[in-house]
Amino acid sequence: MRKETQRDLFPGALEMMILRTLKRQPLHGYALVQHIRRTSNDLLQIEEGSLYPALQRLLKAELVKAEWGVSATNRRVRTYRLTAAGVKHLEREVSSFERMLKGISRVLAPGEL
Amino acid sequence: MNWIKQLISRRRMYGDMSEEIRAHLEEKVEELVADGMPRKDADAAARREFGNVTLMEEDGRDVWRWVWIENFLMDVRYGLRMLGRNPVFTAAGLFTIAIGIGANAAVFSVVNSVLLKPLSYPAAEELVALHQVAPGAPGLADFETGLLLSPSMYFTYAEHNQTFQSLGVWDADTANVTGLAEPEQVRIADVSDGVLQTLGVIPAVGRWLSAADQVPNGPKRVLLSYGYWQRRFGGDRAVIGRNILVDSQPREIVGVMPRGFRFVDTDFDMIAPLAFERGKLILAGFGFHGIARLKRGATIEEADADVKRMLTIWMDSWSNGPGTNPHFYETWKITPMIRPLKKEVIGNMGELLWVVMATIGLVMLIACANVTNLLLVRVEARQQELAVRAALGAGWGRIVCGLLVESVMLGLLGGVVGVGLASAGVRFLVAEGPANLPRISEISIDGRTLGFTLLLSMLSGLLFGLVPALKYAGPRNALALRSAGRTMSVSRERHRARNLLVMGQVAMALVLLVSAGLMIRTFEALRAVDPGFTDAQHLQVMRISIPASLVAQPEQVTRIQNDVMEKLATIPGVKSAAFASEMPMEGFDSDWDTVFAEGKSYPEGKMPPLLLYKHVSPGFFGAAGTRLLAGRDLTWTDVYGLRPVVMVSENLAREMWGTPSYAVGKRLREDPGLPWREVIGVVQDVREKGVQEKAPEIVYWPTLVENLFGRGPAQAIRTVTFVIRSERAGTESFLNEVRQAVWSVNSNLPLASVRTMGDVYGKSVARTSFTLVMLGIAGAMALTLGVIGIYGVISFTVSQRKREFGIRLALGAQGGDVVQMVLRQGAKMTLAGVAIGAGAAFVLTRLMKGLLFGVTERDPFTFGLVAALLMLVALLACYVPARRAMKVDPVVALRYQ
Repeated sequence: MRKETQRDLFPGALEMMILRTLKRQPLHGYALVQHIRRTSNDLLQIEEGSLYPALQRLLKAELVKAEWGVSATNRRVRTYRLTAAGVKHLEREVSSFERMLKGISRVLAPGEL
Repeated sequence: MNWIKQLISRRRMYGDMSEEIRAHLEEKVEELVADGMPRKDADAAARREFGNVTLMEEDGRDVWRWVWIENFLMDVRYGLRMLGRNPVFTAAGLFTIAIGIGANAAVFSVVNSVLLKPLSYPAAEELVALHQVAPGAPGLADFETGLLLSPSMYFTYAEHNQTFQSLGVWDADTANVTGLAEPEQVRIADVSDGVLQTLGVIPAVGRWLSAADQVPNGPKRVLLSYGYWQRRFGGDRAVIGRNILVDSQPREIVGVMPRGFRFVDTDFDMIAPLAFERGKLILAGFGFHGIARLKRGATIEEADADVKRMLTIWMDSWSNGPGTNPHFYETWKITPMIRPLKKEVIGNMGELLWVVMATIGLVMLIACANVTNLLLVRVEARQQELAVRAALGAGWGRIVCGLLVESVMLGLLGGVVGVGLASAGVRFLVAEGPANLPRISEISIDGRTLGFTLLLSMLSGLLFGLVPALKYAGPRNALALRSAGRTMSVSRERHRARNLLVMGQVAMALVLLVSAGLMIRTFEALRAVDPGFTDAQHLQVMRISIPASLVAQPEQVTRIQNDVMEKLATIPGVKSAAFASEMPMEGFDSDWDTVFAEGKSYPEGKMPPLLLYKHVSPGFFGAAGTRLLAGRDLTWTDVYGLRPVVMVSENLAREMWGTPSYAVGKRLREDPGLPWREVIGVVQDVREKGVQEKAPEIVYWPTLVENLFGRGPAQAIRTVTFVIRSERAGTESFLNEVRQAVWSVNSNLPLASVRTMGDVYGKSVARTSFTLVMLGIAGAMALTLGVIGIYGVISFTVSQRKREFGIRLALGAQGGDVVQMVLRQGAKMTLAGVAIGAGAAFVLTRLMKGLLFGVTERDPFTFGLVAALLMLVALLACYVPARRAMKVDPVVALRYQ
């Protein structure tokens, strides 16, 4: 009852976006949030903090790996990168999401009813 | 094993996440500041955008946790801490539970080993005993063994059956082994072909007895038991093929059975072939135990029907000699009653063990009730703690769960200690259990017993934890924060659970004490029965067998026995010595035959009764202490002169001729074709089959008699029990002199079954005395626990009502009034418990009817006495706290708290 109030996304959506972003390039938490925000043109209301439980879930499922390192701006950051399993998982998720989206759009498409 | 790694690295993960989040916030703030926002606002903005840091961290951590298990472990840790903080309470609870569980585990291991575990033969569930009864055979119905099989029955069944894989007959016997060390009497199982195949246990060394070894007059062979092989041959494998002198006859050793192999339920030293001479068999000769292995899928009912069908074939194929009617046995109504071999082995011990198990189970319930009471008191004291936890947001379920975990832990700890106690208890049971307890060597604490103990520990933990948990962790207990203080008086409702528990305890204790009382009455009744011999402790008995291969001539056998008897009589301290075919209660298979009395007519087809036959030496009744009621004893002149005389038991004399003195001079015979024999004396009845069994009618013969069918030489009883009356009976020095006396007559005679009649008597009442001891222990435990329960509850109430008593006393109540008030409360509870218990006992004691003797299961005397005793003890237990209540100092009491 605590986190659901803020989360407008459906379960798994955040994880999917994280994986997709990480596929392009390994990032640390803050950069990840910024990237998702930017690319979504601020359309998605994401609580920045909710990124971390999601990252923990992905870590546990071994879809991503984390490593401490130093960023371009010379900070100590924990960089996440996709694992092979993560790549596969992302493909599966995306294709199933696209199928779902297609279905929903068809139903929602005007003129049919 | 990934999860272990996760578990270990978890702390670091949490640290990583916290650091990462901090870095995230810093980066955000710096960025905002760089964009021109004041640092203070930037801080707030960063946090706002991030959300609840603590919550996010917690959610992140939860990903790595098994919430259920970890909550549970937390409860366990907390529970252990609570138990550790109250050592007195914990010790008291633990002690009670451990004793209860220990006793239960011990008894269960016996029940499991004896009743539940299959016999230790391959596919033991297929094994059956070929039991049969003959309700139409007069007199035979009294014998517990039913009608044993005759050799001709064995051949018929073996050749014509459709329901058995294999079958055979066997007989337990003894034989003398000479030529090794001292002469020794060994226990020998004589088997037909098919017996070993039926049991299906392969020899450890060598081979089985085969059909070829069953040829009469063929080569003699023998199988050894593992124990005998170790004892006499030191486990030497080279014994195979060697000869051994059994009853002075060489027999070739062909194999050794494996360790732990038991023959049905007899321990034995050797197995020898029966080697029937098929051509000479008649219908009769019912002296062998039948054993068979059912065909896969065949039921006992089918097997019964199969045997029933074969009985006709048996009567068609064999005869009892020319001029006899083979279908005469139809009047006997021989009926197969095949039963599982396991049932045969367990015998009448099943009922006893279940009664003991139920009793010990009741003790466990009483123990649980006691611990529940303890817990109730403690939860009461912790009410404020619980209320605080509830107020801080702990869920109701979580609190109940915590309390239950705590009590289950107590139960489990009790179980651990209990298993230790149980292993001691099992040793006690094996040592003190009835000597004839079947499968006693198999009794052990195995996996099933441990499983039972674990289950019992958890269940009892749940049981005694549930009442306090539900009672005090309920949602309505917000009140508790206040009512635990001094401002409110104790509500009546709070005591209801405790009072009910005490009533239950009293009721269960009453049931157990009544059962124990009934057993005491049974034991008294047994002791009061005149067994037909006197002063058993001072009667030494032993078996001596003189095989034909050692002494061929029958009269010579009797002369040797006579010499031994006289030699024994000269030992210092011996009052008298004699011998007989067997002593009462020794449990050897008996001889029986028909008896025709002179002057009575027996219509065609109607059989005279089958009666027990015994053979006795002159002076036997005097030595045993069996009273001569009329006539005279046998003399050696009667014996050596082969005079046609017999003696009879009192009940036989009464049944046939009215009174003992009338019987003297009357005549009887065992078969119309045989000469009459004169009754010269009548002796008192003897409880031949045990004190609980009716004394059978007995005909006593001399030990040397004319050949049964009047031709050929006389017959002597070759295996007899000697009986010696002496104050020194049973002592080692005495036994040494007895051995020397026997060997001075013939050095080849081993002594077997050396014991006193006291032992024999004790063994025959062992079932009763074992039940008595067990119920006595259970009753004593129940009484103690019950008293502790009552005392505890009354003490607690008194301490709770201290202020009230103080006020009463201050207002002028007398000390006596207060005592009376407390006692009345205790009496009310006890009385209710006694009433409930009496009702329960009234129903439950019916279950132990089979164990009782000379007392009904609703004996009013026992019920009354136990109820009175319980009331008395309970009131005493109340009196101590009542006195304390009276001595309350009003001033102290009112200031108190």
